Amino acid sequence: MGAHQLNPDFWVDSYADYLFNFAVVRVSDAEIAKDLVQETFFAGLKSAKNYKGDAAERTWLIAILKRKVIDHYRKINSKKGKAEVRMGYSSNSDSEGDWLEEQVADPYSTLENSAMESTELGLAIQGCISKLPKKQAQVFNMKTIQGISTEDICNELDINPSNLWVMIHRARTALMECLNQNWF
Amino acid sequence: MISCEEAAILCNKTQYEETTFVQKLKLRFHLFMCRACAGFTKKNTKLSLLCEKANLQVLSKHEKIKMKEQLQKKY
Repeated sequence: MGAHQLNPDFWVDSYADYLFNFAVVRVSDAEIAKDLVQETFFAGLKSAKNYKGDAAERTWLIAILKRKVIDHYRKINSKKGKAEVRMGYSSNSDSEGDWLEEQVADPYSTLENSAMESTELGLAIQGCISKLPKKQAQVFNMKTIQGISTEDICNELDINPSNLWVMIHRARTALMECLNQNWF
Repeated sequence: MISCEEAAILCNKTQYEETTFVQKLKLRFHLFMCRACAGFTKKNTKLSLLCEKANLQVLSKHEKIKMKEQLQKKY
């Protein structure tokens, strides 16, 4: 047995959001991503006895999720001919004129880079959030990502606003520290 | 003038647009005087920007509970 152990009881709380973000940028559909995460947990449970403890729990789950994403694409492409790459000319058929020029990639475009960057960024932030104490992470998620109002959060978690702002402050300071090396 | 602790709270509230006009003025004035808080505010604003740019998504509490139940069934 290696240094790591599996604790399936904590999987959903600890890794669901991280895995979900990983999946959602790859399949670009929240529903499918959710199913893939669920399947990943099932598969993890099923093959838990094969876990040697060499890798951290999260890395191991991500490896399973990667397989699930690939399987997903295999499945939707399994019908004959669907796996072909199709290129239509144009989405708006009434355009005339410089159609060949329009198809050329813009050498100055940084769009694809920024998409990649924000994927990495999302995982970096999610990874840092998962290192926060549970309560702080919960408050930060509710406030920042879900955008729930201060009042509603206070009611739901049964805390007062100054508690909430202290937690937000600690969470944000920790996140700045954690992201400091790569992103600031 | 407000203290640095108060400034930090106002700075955090500003990230969620929950400060009044007067509070904003107080914060601005403090930042003008205090270098440390100005640095903190700059970083804090950057963090908000990054979070927005990353377009993070989370599963709702309800969905997580459902996931847990399903997982428990498999034990």
